[in-house]
Order: sequence, then structure tokens, then C-alpha cells
Amino acid sequence: MSWEVVIGLEVHCQVNTKTKAFCGCSTAFGSEPNSQTCPVCLGMPGQLPVLNSVAVDKSILTGLAINGKINLESKFDRKNYFYPDLPKGYQITQFTVPIVEGGYIDIPTKDGEKRLGVTRIHMEEDAGKSMHEGLDAVSHIDLNRSGIPLMEIVSEPDMRSADEAIAYLKQLHQVIKFLGVSDADMEKGQFRCDANVSVRHPGDPLGTRTEMKNMNSFRFIKQAIEFEVLRQIEIIEDGGEVRQESRLWDSVKNESRPMRSKEEAHDYRYFPEPDLPPLRVTQAEVDAIRAGMPELPTQLRKRFEVEFGLSAYDADVLTQTQALAIWYEDLVAAHPANPKQCANWLANELLGRLKELGKDIAESPVSAASLAALLDRIADNTISGKIAKDVLDAMMKTGHDVDAIIEEKGLKQVSDTGAIDTMIQAILDANASQVEAYRGGQDRLFGFFVGQVMKASKGKANPAMVNQRLKELLG
Amino acid sequence: MPFSSLSEIKTRLDAGQTTAVDVAKLYLDRIQAFNENLNAFVHIDPEHVLAQAQASDLYRAKHTPRPLEGLPIAIKDIFCTQDGPTRCCSKILDGFEAPYDAHVITLLKEAGAVLVGKTNMDEFAMGSSNETSAFGSVQNPWNTDCIPGGSSGGSAAAVAAALTPAALGTDTGGSIRQPASLTGLVGLKPTYGRVSRRGIIAFASSLDQAGPMTRTVKDTAMITSVLSSHDSGDSTSVVDAPDFNWLKACENRDMKGLRIGKPKEYFIDGMHDEVRARIEESLKICTSLGAEIVDISLPHTEYAVAAYYVIASSEASTNLSRYDAVRFGHRCENPEDLEDMYARSRDEGFGAEVKRRILTGAFALSSGYYDAYYLKAQQVRTLISQDFKTAFEKVDIIATPTSPIPAFKSGEKTDDPLTMYLSDIFTIAANLAGLPGLSQPCGFADNLPVGLQWIAPAWQEDKILSAASAYEEATDWHTKSPAGFGGNL
Repeated sequence: MSWEVVIGLEVHCQVNTKTKAFCGCSTAFGSEPNSQTCPVCLGMPGQLPVLNSVAVDKSILTGLAINGKINLESKFDRKNYFYPDLPKGYQITQFTVPIVEGGYIDIPTKDGEKRLGVTRIHMEEDAGKSMHEGLDAVSHIDLNRSGIPLMEIVSEPDMRSADEAIAYLKQLHQVIKFLGVSDADMEKGQFRCDANVSVRHPGDPLGTRTEMKNMNSFRFIKQAIEFEVLRQIEIIEDGGEVRQESRLWDSVKNESRPMRSKEEAHDYRYFPEPDLPPLRVTQAEVDAIRAGMPELPTQLRKRFEVEFGLSAYDADVLTQTQALAIWYEDLVAAHPANPKQCANWLANELLGRLKELGKDIAESPVSAASLAALLDRIADNTISGKIAKDVLDAMMKTGHDVDAIIEEKGLKQVSDTGAIDTMIQAILDANASQVEAYRGGQDRLFGFFVGQVMKASKGKANPAMVNQRLKELLG
Repeated sequence: MPFSSLSEIKTRLDAGQTTAVDVAKLYLDRIQAFNENLNAFVHIDPEHVLAQAQASDLYRAKHTPRPLEGLPIAIKDIFCTQDGPTRCCSKILDGFEAPYDAHVITLLKEAGAVLVGKTNMDEFAMGSSNETSAFGSVQNPWNTDCIPGGSSGGSAAAVAAALTPAALGTDTGGSIRQPASLTGLVGLKPTYGRVSRRGIIAFASSLDQAGPMTRTVKDTAMITSVLSSHDSGDSTSVVDAPDFNWLKACENRDMKGLRIGKPKEYFIDGMHDEVRARIEESLKICTSLGAEIVDISLPHTEYAVAAYYVIASSEASTNLSRYDAVRFGHRCENPEDLEDMYARSRDEGFGAEVKRRILTGAFALSSGYYDAYYLKAQQVRTLISQDFKTAFEKVDIIATPTSPIPAFKSGEKTDDPLTMYLSDIFTIAANLAGLPGLSQPCGFADNLPVGLQWIAPAWQEDKILSAASAYEEATDWHTKSPAGFGGNL
């Protein structure tokens, strides 16, 4: 009997505000422990929260981007539990009425687009960090993270495979980065995921789910889900029952283990946060946020395909980040003759070289204008496409512009018929037997002659002219 | 001078008949002489008090005096102050020194007041007799065998015995008005949202409100006009709260045509006969001043105490979670592990009443009980607010006894929390509805002060000040002072 996998995801995403959710402390990453704290985020007596309105606006923007409904009145609640990195003994969150309800994300699948539901987005605050490592027998607490604004984005249990879950997460991650609402750096814990996983036979009611906690890389999430699916199927097929529990992924052992029951046996005693009145926003404010929304990856991809004639694959590659898409559009603007060629050179040549250097597009030593100039030189036959790749290498290394490099290295393409004829004649003379064979009907040898001529010219001969003259001279 | 009102002292200061330093010395001497007996103050730093007074005299020499220039005001130990310890009279805050002033402390300092130390209180403001303090109980100056009321019992005793002409208290369910009543003072709980809560150690966030305890209505107006201001650091502090000239409101003493509501639910079996008699007499005086007494009903009053103890305890149970021995305050010796540190530190640090409320609150919020307790209590709260709204369609202001009984003997109710909770039966509803309430002295029962409570619609403290000033002008209860403290000469 076949198995159906059911997955729902909860993403905790740090909102990239300058200051924390409820106080004026900096949110900068990597500072000296406890250097970015104040009486409010330290939970000192009598201190009160004041909501950061930028975090509200960014949460609304995210809600709009995933087609959610913005609640013009939402509420804050307290989630109570004791832990040393939770200074107040409760987390301020939105339990009963979140700022965003409903929404969806479309992902590409083999069978076309699939729509995955988003249940809600609520605002809350991050906890600090506990550090149990080290030689001394004490734990250390860093409260720099305490009070950093979070959005928790909860999906419907709509995913049917680990791949769909990853596609959803990647899409969400991309949208969030496009919106500029989070840096969403997974290694810094700015985009963290819990996955609820269950299995059932198709048509059956939902099976018992387990929650895979706190995973911070797409690879681990995929591994953890796949591990969990197999584990659950094995339990059920052996006649057992899946226990509802939270599990932690061990990325070293490649397996998950149940959290200690103490770690999960919480009654959070949610109740309305009396220190914060209900959060009210007006429709006009929501509309203004909507008006300022940047073009999202899905829209951009479609526009690139239609406007520039790009393949779905190229459009996808060039819309991975907002910076890249803007870079591409700058390139096309500077070299409008051939948007497809622009896409090829950017996606294949420049990005490939940047990847080797470990740099992203924003750090590219070659600007869009410089790359456009290089493409201009191919178009006006100054250099061949092949030589252009060497020129790009040199541009990456030296930062010099294309014409300077062509000049320095003497790479200017040979388009002089006389010079090309001389080179061709020398090759034909040196390869008399192949000339005979070609003329005897072995057409395939034409490529051999082209290759020989290009080699003799060190790639500088104009390939189109070489082709044309060869045809004529071979007769 | 010791039993002078704040405004009398101000007049003498403004006339150059005395100095802030002389005033401060007078009260410091009285604290020295009488505090040991009363236990009203838990922290006094005479040098710091004198330094503030000197600074005030210097300021006065060069500038126009500020509203509270040179006037001594004592501070309940619930207000965080940068100077000296802030312990909320709990062992759990052993060694805690706040690196900040509560917003209202800043306002008092900016108004030129001289802060004269921290007063005793029930631990975390949980109590009605000041007997739950980690620093011992407080004696009522009118009869030192009796409690002064609570939770602002230290502030009440300090003003009643003229160890300070005024004090700041907080009121969550009557903690300003009930002790004011039991010690013969004026005490005001302003409308919820009028006075910033920032830097005041939270008991029940949706109910807590700070206010003054003074000898006269005008003194209360003087202080509250300074406290009443929006604080962007407290999200429940109301922007553009309706304001008025507080001192002018005290001068408007015309009761003609004032419709005073007399709720039948506040005149109940079991209340002290003499208390009832004093209130009836007071209302007669109001009638003679031209007011009209209207019988009204606040039908959900009987549920107020129950709803209050669920809501206040629920909020307290989480407000007090931050006392976890991790960052500040009391930590047990040699904890075995985290669990042990939490459990023992909190067990050692909190007193019995605080533990009782944390447990009650945690229970009321717990899964499976939330709807039956917390949610139900909130529904009752809405009904109580509605009762007042309906009543205020018919009357301008409501008058009731502040407490059903005068001060009781120390130790009399400590073993019976439920009876103790009934001490606040007449004050709690104003907190639940967020309304302003004031208690003023209106006579004696068993030789102990009785308080008359005024309740007005939200933001209409001016009505209270006018009515209370008219009553005060027609009577002399506010001039009485307890024997044995060198006053009443």
C-alpha cells in the first residue's frame, strides 16, 4: 500500500529592523555578548514594551506578498515558560489574533504550479542565546538576541514531499529577501524552520505528527524530513504507533532524537499581553505599504520571459536575488541589442567566475556597463566570443575596461580578408590530404579546417569570415 | 508645621518663611523619632534627602520655583529609583538597585520635589494590611495595635503621623484608597492610563495605577497634576488624555445640582454600623450643600472581588516570572541545577501571600481552566464597566464607603486570606473599570478614621476634586491628627 506524506512548516524569520521589537537596542549581529541590551530586553522590574512600528510594516508587507489578509486589529499575548535566555519568563507573541491570516505560495512542480496555503503570520520577539559549551560547569547567556523582532510564518499541511517542503521554503526565503524584510541568513539563525511531519495512506485521516525542531539549512531540513518519513512508515508497518513528540535533528549523526519530555511538556498559559493595547492599522496604511512593494520573483520571472525572451531556466537563475535581477536589467539597458546574449553572459560566464571567487553579484569587479561594453565588442566584430571569455577573465583580474585589455593583449579580431586568406591558404597547403578528402565528399572535415585556422590565428580571426572564405577557397 | 498640608508648606516656602532644607530636616527628625515604632519607612538616606533640599533651595534662589519646589514626598518601595535599593518589600529583590527612575519619579524630580525615602508596603503590593512585607508590618498611627491598611501602608502611616507631608502609592485593587481611608488621609487612584506605569514594579498590569496620598484634596491635586502626562515609554499611557486645571478644579466647590449616586450594593450587611452612619451623615452634608442623592444599582458588584482575584493573580503570576535568580535579586545557595535554582530561589524569595497569588494565577491561566476562570473574569469585568456606564447616565459621580470596616487589629486576618480579600470589596470595581477613585476622611468609627470614596467617569477627576473639596470645606475631618506624634497642638 502506498504512503502519503503530509508536511506543514513553521518558519521563524528575524525582521531586519535597526532596533529591537520592544526597545531601542541595536539588532546588529555578532557583537560582544550582552552589549546590546537595556532594562527592557533584560526583563528588569517595571520595564514596559513599546512596539517597533517598522517591524509591523515589514510584517504587513510580507503578508501582502504571500497574498494574506491583513488584520486591521491584531493582538499580543504572553507565552509563559521559564528559561534563562527568556528574561521576562514569557515571550510576547500573537496567539489569538495575528497580524496576517491566510495566504499562499505557488511552487513549480513536475505537474505544473502547486498552491501551498499559509495559515498565518504573527509577530513575536526572539529569545536570547544559551551557551552550554566550554570548560567551566556553567552556562552562559547572551541576551543580544533577546527582543529581536520575529515573524512566525505558519503553513497549512499542504506539502506532500520533502522536495515540496524545500521548494516552499526556498520560495518563501526568496520572497522575504526580495522584500528586504529580513536578511534571512540561515547560518545566523535569521531564518529557522520547524517541520510537522506525518504519514498516512491516501484518503485516510491525518496521521499522528511529530515536530522536527529548529533546523537551519535546506539540506538538513530535507534530510530530517526524509529520515522522519521513513522512521514513521517503519513504525507503522511494524504494527507500532507514532508518538506525538518534538524531535531534534542531529546533523552529525544524520538522525533525529526525541526531545526530553521536560523540554516539551509545556502549558504556555497564553493570555492577552496587558502591557500592549491591541495593534491597530488603517486600510490606508496597508494600501501605502502595498504601493511600495517591490516586484516579486514570480512576477519578475514572467516579465523576463515575455519581455526579454528568456527561457524559464534563465529567468529563474536571474531572479534568484533582487540584486541580480537589477544587475541584469542594467546590463540589458546598456546592451539592448541582445537580451538573451546578456542573460547567457551573466548567468554562465560572470556568475560562474564570481562563484569561483566566492563573491556575489554586488561584489563583482566587473560592472554591468563593462560587461555590456564587452558584448558590444563581440557585436561589432572587434573580438570573437571565445576571445571575449579571455578578456572577461582579464577584466575580473585587473578591473581594466574591455578596450584597454584588447589593446594591451593585441586581441583585436582579424577581419581583413587578405590576412584571413593567407592563413587559410597556409592551412590548406599543410593539409593537402584532408583537402582532397573534403573535396571527395567528406563534408565533416570543414570543422577541422575552421579549427586549424582559428588555432593559427590564436583565436583572433573573425570566425564568420573564416567560415565564409573557407567555403569559397575550398570551392 | 509637621501636620501642615503640602500647600501650606509651599506657601511658607514661597514666602521665604522657611527653606527646603529646614523642611527636610524637620521631617527627617520626625522619621528618626517615630519610624522605629511605626516601621513606615524601609529605606532612608538623610544625606541624600538634604542634598536634594539644598539643590532645591539653590534652584529657588535663581529661578521661578517649580510646582513642587522643595516639598518632601515619600515613595512606596514599588517605584524604581536610581538612588538606593528598590525591593518591593520582597526578599526576592535582595540587593537589587534599579539603574533607572520610574517615569513618575522623574516627573516629581523635575517638579522640584524632595524624595524622602522608600516606604513599607505589602510584598509586591499583595495585601490589604501591610502584613505581607518582608520588612515587617506597619503600625497605624491612630492605634498602633491596628494595621494601617495596604498595600501602601507605609506611605499611609508616614503621612498620617506626619513623617512626611505626602507620599506616593500605587493602587491595583484599592491599595491607595483603603489605607488612606484607614489612616484618615486623602488618596487618589487616577483613571487607568493617566499616569505612566514605567518603572513601577508590576503587580497586575491592567489594573495598576500610581497616585498620591496626602492630607488634603488640594495636595492630591498638586501632585496628580504633575503625574498626569503621556509617557511614550508606556503603551498603556493614553495620548491626549483629557486634562484640566487640577488646582482650579479644587476651587470649584459648588455642589448645587450635583447628582450623587448612592449604590445599594455598597451598603451591605456585615459592614461596620458606624462606617455606614458616617457615610450617611456625609451624604446629608452633601445634600445640605445642594447635591441630590440618587439611589442607584451596580448589579454586578458582588462578582467584583472574585473577578479581581482571578485577573490580578493571573497577570501577577506572569509578571513575577522575571524573578528567576538569573540576572538579579535573591539566588539560593549552591543550586544543584537550573530547576533547583529556580525552585529554591523563588521559594526562599517570595512570601506566602505572593506564592498563593502566583499559584492561583497560574492555575487560572492553565490549559483547560482558562475559559472557566480568566475568560469568565474578563467577562465580569466588562459587565462591571457596563454597570458604571449605565449609572453615569443618571448621576455625575458616585459616593460609597471606601472600606466596610475601619482598621483592624494586626494579625487578626492574616490566617484568613478570604476575609482579608473582602477589605477591598468597595475599591476593586473602580480598578476593574479603570475609573478614578478618591478616598477622603469623613469621621471616625471606634476612634479610627473612616473614608468616603468618590468614583467618577474615566478622565473626570475634576468632578471628584470639586466634590471632595466642597465636602472638605464643609467639614474638619482632614485637620484631625493622631495623638502621640507631637502634633494636634
